[in-house]
Parts: sequence; structure tokens; C-alpha cells
Amino acid sequence: MTAIAILNGRLIDPAAGVDAAKDILFKDGRVAEIAGAGKLKGKNGAEVLDAAGLIVAPGLIDMHVHLREPGQGYKETIATGTAAAAAGGFTSVAAMPNTSPVNDSAEVTRWMQSPERGGAVRVFPIAAATRGSKGESISDYAALKAAGAVAVSDDGKPILKDSVMREALAAAARVGLTVIQHAEDTRLTQGASMNLGPVSFRLGLRGMSNDSESLIVERDIRLVAELRDAHPHLHVAHTSTAAALTAVRQARRNGLRVTCEVAPHHFLLTDEHVGLYNTHAKMCPPLRSAADRDAMIEGILDGVVDAIATDHAPHATHEKEVEFEQAPNGVIGLETALGLSLRWLHGEWKMPLGRVLSLLSAQPAALLGLKGRGTLAVGSLADAVVFDPKAEWTYRAAESKSKAKNTPFDGWPMLGKVRWTIGEGRIAYAGA
Amino acid sequence: MNPAGTIARRPRGTPPAPVSPFPYHPGSLLSALDLSVEEVGRLLRRATELEREDPLVRDRILIKRRIALLFYESSTRTRTSFELASKALGADTALISSLSSSIEKGESLKDTGLTLRALGAEAIILRHNASGAPWLLEEATRLPVVNAGDGMHEHPTQALLDLRTILGHLRPGVDAVGPETLAGVTVSITGDILHSRVARSNMLLLPRLGARVLLCGPKELLPELAANAASGVEIERDFENALRQSQVVMMLRIQAERLAGLQLDLDEYKANYQLTGQRLAAHAPQALVLHPGPIIRGLEITAGVADGPQSAILRQVTNGVAIRMAVMERALTAAQGGRA
Repeated sequence: MTAIAILNGRLIDPAAGVDAAKDILFKDGRVAEIAGAGKLKGKNGAEVLDAAGLIVAPGLIDMHVHLREPGQGYKETIATGTAAAAAGGFTSVAAMPNTSPVNDSAEVTRWMQSPERGGAVRVFPIAAATRGSKGESISDYAALKAAGAVAVSDDGKPILKDSVMREALAAAARVGLTVIQHAEDTRLTQGASMNLGPVSFRLGLRGMSNDSESLIVERDIRLVAELRDAHPHLHVAHTSTAAALTAVRQARRNGLRVTCEVAPHHFLLTDEHVGLYNTHAKMCPPLRSAADRDAMIEGILDGVVDAIATDHAPHATHEKEVEFEQAPNGVIGLETALGLSLRWLHGEWKMPLGRVLSLLSAQPAALLGLKGRGTLAVGSLADAVVFDPKAEWTYRAAESKSKAKNTPFDGWPMLGKVRWTIGEGRIAYAGA
Repeated sequence: MNPAGTIARRPRGTPPAPVSPFPYHPGSLLSALDLSVEEVGRLLRRATELEREDPLVRDRILIKRRIALLFYESSTRTRTSFELASKALGADTALISSLSSSIEKGESLKDTGLTLRALGAEAIILRHNASGAPWLLEEATRLPVVNAGDGMHEHPTQALLDLRTILGHLRPGVDAVGPETLAGVTVSITGDILHSRVARSNMLLLPRLGARVLLCGPKELLPELAANAASGVEIERDFENALRQSQVVMMLRIQAERLAGLQLDLDEYKANYQLTGQRLAAHAPQALVLHPGPIIRGLEITAGVADGPQSAILRQVTNGVAIRMAVMERALTAAQGGRA
């Protein structure tokens, strides 16, 4: 296997506490050597990447994507979705199980990881928490974990029944898996297509209350507390309300293992961005009020938010060109997460680069238990992103590597351009 | 609502609110907000002029122009009114309704719109059960689109004809309107506000002419946040209090087809909100009574009031034809490339 030497860059590896000018050598898919600038010993024969003026960081990890395979290849394939991931600086993505069929089996879990899928970067399946994601009986967590699943979730749907959620948390704890909950009380959101508030009233659309999210988060935390001795890990997907974040914060103070993620659209946009029925601003949970959006920013800055995850949800163009209430939920996000996070979290809100990168790599790696990822310490996997932190550019959805173009960020200015994405020692993406 | 409880780390800036992603056709009328007060005045004047015009002269205005009426919901008065208004100006009309077209076979609104355009339609009047559908149609076809009611959202020509009816009664002879024209006038709108596109369009139009809009109804049909949807709008839960303040009393039907599982005690509703002759005489003996129809006699309004001397319900219908003549003339004669 070829070796790659990245020279003259600024290495930021938050997990290892490194932020310094370093040369780094990848060999046989792993980090072989790190040395001060110009001091790398084993670089003979290696492909050299000049990272002068660039940042070298652990490859980004998105713990929440929808790759649509098996079954919905017209929206996205594992090949196209991971190509978009690589272009966005991601070297690992965790794929949700709401495929067709639902990934509730070891067979589908293995199929998704097969080299035949043509993945540009590593895919970690998240398996269905219940059979068929029907919320009735839990799936076989031991078998799913053995097949490579890194967590269980019925994402897109919540696990509503207390008894089933309790059993899922307990069973997942026994095999060391995380339960990721899509927190939405669907009994309260029937027929709703956006956030409940003055905007939904004005647009004549039925709205989803904040309660529909926070009540489920609070219920789940009660269950985690009841099961305290079994040490379950609950992770709240795509948190969108201040009340849900408050509940997570309180649970952590009480010593419970409760974590959460926030998507870029939820820390940047509000329900005003639905504008005149823009279906590219329709997702679930919906864009919330400005107060909730601000709470997401606060949560990221003060550390209660554990990860930035995109909830990359591709849909075919014709599926979004319909009446707002009929349009499917979701937006793509793999190619814009880094550029938006750098521009807003770092550029506007002055979050240190290392912390921004940690939310996009080290922390999701820890949440999913991905060994040897999320860091560039010697011996870890050679997953890296090399980017120009000063480059400003404009995102054009039409040029996306994803099959889908459904994004609210088309035409938005971005900060930080990916030059190379390296997955397990191979160049997965090379930008201009 | 700030879980961190700190002010120091307030974000410095947040992304700007969006702007409309596409320019409207200047002939389109999708929302009451599309019209400036001056444009409202122009439409009201043209409605009067067109109404008085010799029919043989009038029908040269849009002679042989092609207008499609695309109706995804049943309608008596709006559909007929638009059709008669279009024909009065000489236009050819074609009616496409969801029950007798390829819409039944699953054709999308976009494809239906493109098909109508290819067939030569120069403007489309759309009635649709989904809020926002006219924007989708306009974006797909770039034709002038006139919103004849979209879901729970808006019904701008209804607001215009209501305004004409109100002005005809309270400001007879006034043919110029401005931000103070309805100063001192309170219009109460009572009933199923939540599901009403008529209420929304009136809320967005009448306060801009100086009127105060008072919304009245039970919480299930009138959420508190309705008062935030537009300026000049207030909520008064007590119907008789609302009546006492009103020069115009607009009653709305309970939209059973949009209640979505909501349970209402109709006897209690009638006891609290039905407009009866007794209530009207006691609390608003001079007020003008409006109703966009269809009326459900004996529910929100008694037959006696609907047929009584204060009722302008049929005048509203007549005014609708005049307003829609003006709106369709604007749709097909407005110049492309910027709206007033």
C-alpha cells in the first residue's frame, strides 16, 4: 500500500491535544509518524501533499446520514452519498436504517458495508432498534453489533411505547450499543408540516409544538434513570428545542449517559426560512423559532451538545417539487457542514477551531465507539481532512456530488475549503 | 428560554431571513400582501368602472385571451364569479377540476400547470386544498396565477370584495383609499379563524387601510398566536363584547372538512358564538353583517340574520364579480418585469 506524507500543515487533533505545525506520514492505512516540520523520517517513496497554509485534522465523522440504500437508489446510493461525504471532508458516516427494507438484520447491515457498494469513505450502519422500525418488538442487537452496527435507532420515527423503549435501552446496554432516538411524539404532530408558531399560523400550515420533541426526550431520560444500574446510553438525534436541550443538560448533571447532536440547519435557520413554502426548508424536526435556534448555538458553545450531525436526507427533485405539506422531510448536508460550522461557529461566534473540529470528529467517534478514528495519533487509522481555513467559497447545490440537490444552503457563502479527504490512507477526494 | 442562562455568549449574528427566491409575475395575485394600498385603490376603482362599462365595450378588454380555472376543491360562488368576470371581459375560460381530469390519475400540480400553459393558457386561477400551492404553480409556469383560495392560507380576492362591500356601506362615494380610509372602524371576524383563508387575507388587508380587526372564537378555533400574525389584529373571546365594538361583523363557517379530529361541542358553540337576531339587535344594531359563504343556517348565523336588513351577504357575492373583473384585467395586462 502506498504511503502519503502531508507536509507543512497545521495539525489540529483535539483528542490528542495537538495544535502545531507538523508533518504527518500515513502508511498501510494508519498514521505511521508525526514529526516537526521537515523532520519526517520515513517519507521516502511516499506521495507528498503540500499542506502549507492548510489545516490537517482527523477525518470528519457524521453520525447521522441517510444513504437510501438498499431500496431507494433513485434518491441516493451509498456510492453517491459517500462521494458527497468525502467532498465535505467526512471519512466516516453512520447510516440510518430507514431503507427499503428497513435495516433490522445482520444481512442488510453487512450488505451496506460491502466493498461492492462503492463507498468512497467508511459506512457504519445504524441498525433498526425495533423490527421493521415498527416500534413493537426490539431487533437482535447482539447479531446486529456482530455484523457491524454501531448503534440502534428507528430514526424517522420515534419509539413511542414506554415498555419498548425501556427494553431497547436495557438490551442495547447489555451489548454496549447506543440507542439513538428521533424524539417526536407523533400523536401530537399528525398532519403538521412545520414548527408551530406565528409563522405556521400565517402560512396556514399545521404546526409541530416544541412539546412534541421535549416530552419524548424527558420520557426517555426518565427511563434511563430507572435503568441507571445497567448504564444505558441514550443519544438524542437532531435536537431542535431549548426544552430538549435543557432536559439533556439536567440528565448529565444527574450523572446519566445522555448525549445529543444538533444539525447545522437547526443552529442556523428558523421557521422564517420556510419563506413562501420552500420545501428545501422542510425537515423533521422542523426549523424552530429564533429562541430555539439561539439555544442550539448556546448549547454548542457551552458544550452540552456532543456532536454536529447533518441528518443528510436526500430526495429526488420531483419529490420536493410538490405542495409543501406533501413534500418529504429532509435536506442534504454533507458538503456544507464544515463550511457552515467554520463560518458561523468559528468565524462569527469565535469558537476555537479545535472545538469545532472535535464536534465533527473526536466526539462522534467517542459516541459511536469508533476505535482508532476521530484522532490522528500515531497508530490510529489514516482518516484525515486537509482544508484551507481561510478560503471563502459559495456552495452550489447543482454541483453537489450527492444525487439530490435538496438543500436550504444553495448559494450560501462558506468558510474553509476541503483540499484533500483521506480515508484509511487513500485519497477519497481531491479538491481544487 | 435560554438554557445557558448567560448573556455574555449571545451569538453575534445569525443568518439573514430569506427573500423571495423568484420574481412573481406582476399579474399574479397570490396573497393580499402582494398589493400595495395604491394597488388596492386602483383595483377598487377599476372594479367600479368595469361594472358600469357597456358590456359590448367591456368584452373587448380581454377578447379571446385564455384563462384556465384550476379547481382542486369544490366551489360555487368563487368559481362562477371568476368565470363570469373573465367572460365579461371577453376571455375564453376552461375549467379543470380535480375530479374529472388527470389530477385523479396522480398528475402533479407542476405537470398540470405546464400542460395548461402548453395548451395556451395565459393565466391560471387556482383553488387548492394545500396552503402555498399557488406559489408552486407560479414557480413552475411563470404565468400570472390568481389565488382563489389555498388550503388554510389565503383568499385575496375575497378580502378585496369584502373591502368593497365595507366601503360601499361605510364610505359611500369614496373612490380613493389610503392608510386612514377605515380609521375608527372595527371589523370583527368570528368563528373558525384557524382554518380560514378568508380571515387571513382580511387580517393582512384591512389593517393596512386603518381598520382594527377583532378576532373572536374559542381557543380550539382561534389560537392565541393568531394575534401575532399581523399588526392591527386583536383577540376578543367574548362575542358580545366583540359585537359591541364592531361596525362590521363578519361570520365564518366551521370548516368541518379541516377539523382533523378536533371535537367541538356544537351546542356550546352556538350558545357562545351564533349570530342571532337578538344578539345583533342588542349589541350591534347598526353593524353590517358579512359572511363569505357557504353559510350554514342555524349554526354560526340564524336564517333571520342572514336574510335580514343588516346582512350584506348577497352584496358580497355581487361585488365579487366586479372585483374579479379588475383582478383578471390586471393579471393579463400587467407588464412583465417588476411589480408596482
